[in-house]
Amino acid sequence: MTLDKILASLFPHGHDVVRESGLISGRGQLPDGGSMVVMGVEGQTPVGIEEAARLAGNVIDVIKSGGNEPILMLIDSGSQRMSKRDELLGINEFLAHLAKCLILADKLGHRTIGLLYGHTAAGAFIATALATRTLLALPGAEPAVMDLPSMSRVTKLSIEVLEEKAKSTPVFAPGLDNLFQTGAVAVTLDPDRSLADQLQAQLSRPFERDDNRDQLGAERNGRPKAADIARRVHELARAAA
Amino acid sequence: METLNYRNKAQQRAKGTRSQAIVGVVASGNLEVLVERILPDGECEVDIRTAAEGFGDVWQAVISDFVERRSPGGLKLSINDGGARPDTVALRLAQALSAVEGDRT
Amino acid sequence: MSTLALDNAQVERQPFVSTDSWYEASARQRVEGLLDANSFVEFLGPEAREMSPHLSLFNLPEQFDDGMVVGWGRIDGAPVLVAAQEGRFMGGAFGEVHGAKLTGLLRAARDIASVPVLILFDTGGVRLQEANAGELAIAEIMRALMEARFAGVPVVGLVGGRSGCYGGGGLIAGSCSALAVSEQGRISVSGPEVIETNRGVEEFDSKDRALVWRTMGGKHRRLIGGVDVFADDTIESFRDAARYLIELVPTLTLDTLEAEQARLAQRIRDFGACADALDVWRALGATEPESIPALSYEAFVALANRLQEPRHDAR
Repeated sequence: MTLDKILASLFPHGHDVVRESGLISGRGQLPDGGSMVVMGVEGQTPVGIEEAARLAGNVIDVIKSGGNEPILMLIDSGSQRMSKRDELLGINEFLAHLAKCLILADKLGHRTIGLLYGHTAAGAFIATALATRTLLALPGAEPAVMDLPSMSRVTKLSIEVLEEKAKSTPVFAPGLDNLFQTGAVAVTLDPDRSLADQLQAQLSRPFERDDNRDQLGAERNGRPKAADIARRVHELARAAA
Repeated sequence: METLNYRNKAQQRAKGTRSQAIVGVVASGNLEVLVERILPDGECEVDIRTAAEGFGDVWQAVISDFVERRSPGGLKLSINDGGARPDTVALRLAQALSAVEGDRT
Repeated sequence: MSTLALDNAQVERQPFVSTDSWYEASARQRVEGLLDANSFVEFLGPEAREMSPHLSLFNLPEQFDDGMVVGWGRIDGAPVLVAAQEGRFMGGAFGEVHGAKLTGLLRAARDIASVPVLILFDTGGVRLQEANAGELAIAEIMRALMEARFAGVPVVGLVGGRSGCYGGGGLIAGSCSALAVSEQGRISVSGPEVIETNRGVEEFDSKDRALVWRTMGGKHRRLIGGVDVFADDTIESFRDAARYLIELVPTLTLDTLEAEQARLAQRIRDFGACADALDVWRALGATEPESIPALSYEAFVALANRLQEPRHDAR
């Protein structure tokens, strides 16, 4: 689905979302008369320090405006921008800052929902899609930690060997199915039904306090150990206090 | 990956009162040894997991020599091997024994 | 295989003394060196044998603690929660179990709400053989870290190991309430080789160590305001830094993030046109930027305090 079609299906009551320099911003009208803040990255734009700062600034504006407008983060990004300049200026802080702002916004009542409709990778993935409370995806989305050719270079295993191994586990290779099975993606939307209805179903769900992605990963057999290990360390640490 | 296991008789119980120790790290040319004081006094068991297959006789020789010289009775030693040479293995076994004997401040 | 050469006489002493190198120490040695003697209690230590279920597919050996040591201890009698990465196992990279141990520790810190957390980073980022699990672990750690900070818990990061603090580790570091980094430490998201592969050697020569350290190393991070304390490469120096930084308890609020937004925007204005760290340092007021890499610890600390005062309320 193109971004325009996605927006039209999400907000049949209207929206004023615009794109500029690879970033998305605006608001969409919800059926109950309220609005939802829309932001994100389009066109597989890499997320560099300027992009991260703009997005974070938008989030801060939403928090400062008060209320409890939910935030939709639409993602079709590259990875973090890989350049000397971005590292020199501390892109780790910029990306972390964006994630922190999203997490704070959610805590202060602005429910954050990610919708992955294209690509994303590595540090950009963590700072945008994975910093939302609930991550949705459309079929055709292509999340990755690292592409297979790069993985092949680093691990010194051929792409064919990696593809063969990827048949027996969802734990390392790129792809929506794997990120769904490991618990990153909560729900894959149905593009043949109204996205507005499916969005509303998410907005109506009760606010869960806890991060349930490791549980999802266990239930879906994508991450057999993470939830259990985290729970056991959690209990041991609390007992030590 | 290959898993090896060696059970030996030791002449006497390993000294000291510490029940457990860990030495080393799983890195190229290195290994970790987890030592647990959980066996009867006259026994010693060594469990090895290694990606370098087919060196069972070398492991056996290193371990037999270690058991004979140091008498690690009562100890189970569990190894994750990153492709270490025999002399590194011998060193780590000795360090593990010293650690569980309490030879540290 | 050749004949065996046993050397029973010379056995390495395990415990490090406080003037010993942080860089050379193992994760456990750093933890022991940081904490009061005999105060450390480890959670899911090596005897629990909770290892990676994914490495055997790649014929790679596991480590009993999956390269992450977590537990409880005391510093000057006061309780702390500690997590330390073993940088020599799989480059200290985040795998499923490795990451989950830190996630659980931070969730407990949030619930306890009165005990600070120390994270001893030594990581190349996500473990590729478990990439999706590693990436998710980082996201879950950041969320749990933030929840702990909302509860008023200081989460202090220490960076000085041979694997640095790369990739997703860099993002976790950027989420900490405070950071101490030594000269040996590096913080970055894309590593030198990745930048070179993607942009060419003209953009970044990954084999130019001086360039790597100027761009990502501890001295530069201190000067540009990316970290709060520059530590010496000793256990003692990191212990002093940790003691100092866990006392700073800025609670994370909107004000903090607004201040950070302003700090980062100012950084782009001040240094956005700089081609190299030398230009950044010159812009800060250093009269001989080329001499900075060779400066001793004391001389550098004095210079850094003159040029860039750390802010503790904007991270």
